[in-house]
Amino acid sequence: MKKILAAVLALIVALSLCAMAEEAVSYADYVAADLDSEVTITAYVQAHQSWWDGKVTIYAADQDGAYFLYEVPCSEEDAEKLVPGTKFTATGFKSEWSGEVELADISNFEILDDDTFVSEPVDVTDLLGKDELIEKMNQKVAFKGMTVEPSTIEGDENEYAFLFNWDGSGEEGNDLYFNVSKDGQTFTFTVESYLCGQDTDVYKAVEMLNVGDVIDLEGFLYWYNGANPHITAVTAAE
Amino acid sequence: MTRYNEELGMRNEELRMPGSNRAADSQRKKWKSKLCAAQFIPHSSFLIPHFRLCLVLVLAAICLTACHGRQGRSGFEVPAEFDAARTYEITFWAKNDTNKTQTDIYKKAIAGFEALYPNITVNMKLYTDYGRIYNDVITNIATNTTPNVCVTYPDHIATYLTGDNVVVPLDGLMDDARFGLGGSEVRFEGPTRGEIIPQFLDECAFSGATYALPYMRSTEALYVNKTYVEALGYELPDVVTWDFIWEVAEAATKKDADGVFAVNGQKVMIPFIYKSTDNMMIQMLRQLGAGYSTDSGEILILNDTTKDLLRQIAAHAKSGAFSTFKISSYPANFLNAGQCIFAVDSTAGATWMGSDAPLLDIAPENIVRFETAVRMVPQVDPEHPQMISQGPSVCVFNKEDPQEVLASWLFAQYLLTNDVQIAYAQTEGYVPVTQKAQGDASYLDYLNSDAGDALHYPVKLQAAKLLLDNTQNTFTTPVFNGSASLRDAAGALIESVTKSVRRKQTVDDAYLDKLFDDTASLYRLNQASGRSGMTSGGDLGPLPTGAKALLGSLLAAWVLLAAYAIAGRAKRK
Repeated sequence: MKKILAAVLALIVALSLCAMAEEAVSYADYVAADLDSEVTITAYVQAHQSWWDGKVTIYAADQDGAYFLYEVPCSEEDAEKLVPGTKFTATGFKSEWSGEVELADISNFEILDDDTFVSEPVDVTDLLGKDELIEKMNQKVAFKGMTVEPSTIEGDENEYAFLFNWDGSGEEGNDLYFNVSKDGQTFTFTVESYLCGQDTDVYKAVEMLNVGDVIDLEGFLYWYNGANPHITAVTAAE
Repeated sequence: MTRYNEELGMRNEELRMPGSNRAADSQRKKWKSKLCAAQFIPHSSFLIPHFRLCLVLVLAAICLTACHGRQGRSGFEVPAEFDAARTYEITFWAKNDTNKTQTDIYKKAIAGFEALYPNITVNMKLYTDYGRIYNDVITNIATNTTPNVCVTYPDHIATYLTGDNVVVPLDGLMDDARFGLGGSEVRFEGPTRGEIIPQFLDECAFSGATYALPYMRSTEALYVNKTYVEALGYELPDVVTWDFIWEVAEAATKKDADGVFAVNGQKVMIPFIYKSTDNMMIQMLRQLGAGYSTDSGEILILNDTTKDLLRQIAAHAKSGAFSTFKISSYPANFLNAGQCIFAVDSTAGATWMGSDAPLLDIAPENIVRFETAVRMVPQVDPEHPQMISQGPSVCVFNKEDPQEVLASWLFAQYLLTNDVQIAYAQTEGYVPVTQKAQGDASYLDYLNSDAGDALHYPVKLQAAKLLLDNTQNTFTTPVFNGSASLRDAAGALIESVTKSVRRKQTVDDAYLDKLFDDTASLYRLNQASGRSGMTSGGDLGPLPTGAKALLGSLLAAWVLLAAYAIAGRAKRK
């Protein structure tokens, strides 16, 4: 009788856990899900912006694709646990803001301890300026052999390798903007200060750039009415 | 790229594609973040840390510390003399709209001030978000490291005041014969107290004193694609009513079988987008004579009129006629792409509005040509228009050294000189806060210019004139400790119903009752009536599936255990 009871109890608990876990959708199903629908995903933290005001914004991925979780309610202590590779499950609404598809209004976020995963950057240099680039949205991407082009400020004849804020209105610690070119096409990249602050290697590296430098870059392919990569690494081109 | 939460206009830049010039977002006021922070999450399986609660606790700790153990900072008294032999280093936390011209004006103002007062050094820290300033000030109050001068909102100052003599009441300083406004020993030609627009100065007076100087003022404007309004068969009135805007917006939602909208031939059309939904709710209630709050802080917003408005808004959101910045994006982007007909945003965002806007956030090839009209925000009664007054103010923080406070006051006062006022006002659809600047010949020339260049962008000039012509029709909401939270709640109500209908949820009486309960709890609106904001008895909604399954399994386990025990006992018998 005891064995039967134990088996029944184990079955009940297992079924309960399955009921909780089965809500998570695959990346393909996430992509296919309607906007404004509630979805649960299981993915791995790749990076996150600085915690602020009880929230943290997460760049995430699984083996099939990438996600952007906008402002996950979270304590500062819990945010510190979100190291790259950390597995989690999250429930929120699939939303789109200025072209960026994201999981917003997160109602459930739970760290899972079973395994870890860190994605490798995908080289999208050849996709720059092409419509296919959107398929890599939110992924960790790489750009190879880009040349630093001058940035200018309205009313200022000087040329700069980078600007604090898009129009040069900022100061140390603000977002960095810099232009890079490839095959005659010029693009503006960003170091998002909430992701990579002024003490990070990438922030310092961009501040050391000179016009004409040839560099390789890595970052997350954020979207704002078009591709707006958040750069996380800059090195001299190999 | 970051999405800010404040009143004015700023953008980040983005990846710039060949042949395009897509300045990516960033800033501007009531940012998307605030909504998400504010969302009540009844199905959450984990507790959401409530930052505002932390702020309150920090402030409470400050108060308690002041009462028990430590002598609180004494109130400021204007010194008899300003010790010019000493040197002072003061910090100035400045808000700009990610606008290089604005930051240059701040820098020029500091240089000009330091030239007059070589013994005072002003160190500026730039912010693009009022919320960040607010949180940083709160944090620094606890460590006595507040800035000396800070650009802020009266609602925020009201929270700072829960500390112990944290913010300097300015009445004594303003009226001081030597160092006050127009004082005999002030080394620049600033305005007298009487030359500050009285209404704007009054907005900075609360809790029995004047705690700030107005710095810039703006209001909201309705930016209209007049071409599309007329294409839909309507004539744009001088004063647009809510009824008119809803009717035209609904008419603009018509599309063909392929999903192409008739009015613009595109697959995207959000006829009416509101940038700051807190202002939307506040102005609607004011225009209807409905309750928002009393001067003393009694919360009135959760009333039947609010419910009626939310039902109305939900219906138009459901049909696709209405959306918000927090849900969709900047109204200007949709307006300029021909995907929006009515965009409400600050007059301080005017330079982003229209086919020829000097500042653009979308690719040039996506811009649609149309005639841009500027109107006051929609009204209930066109004969008696009412609109919000907003814009940055500056406050001075108290310090142990009254001489340092005096040096800070002199700098704050310098920000009201004509050079600073006129230059800054021209960067956007702001207006100067002094009659001295508003009446200055150079400012009048600017306002009346038809040059049509970026500085004299017609939409911006119309926006500024809108406020100048309607200053007497502006209002502000009562300022008290908690008024900032109430403002957030006002916007969150609209955001919530709009999101809910998009998510196929039903907005009915039960929904609204629950929304009110949730909002009261989350924003601590019930504190004034003595109820604890953290222990609302409101319905938290149905349990999530996982929790139900877990509880079910526990119940089943107990039933089995009980059955087993009973069976065992029966067997023993």
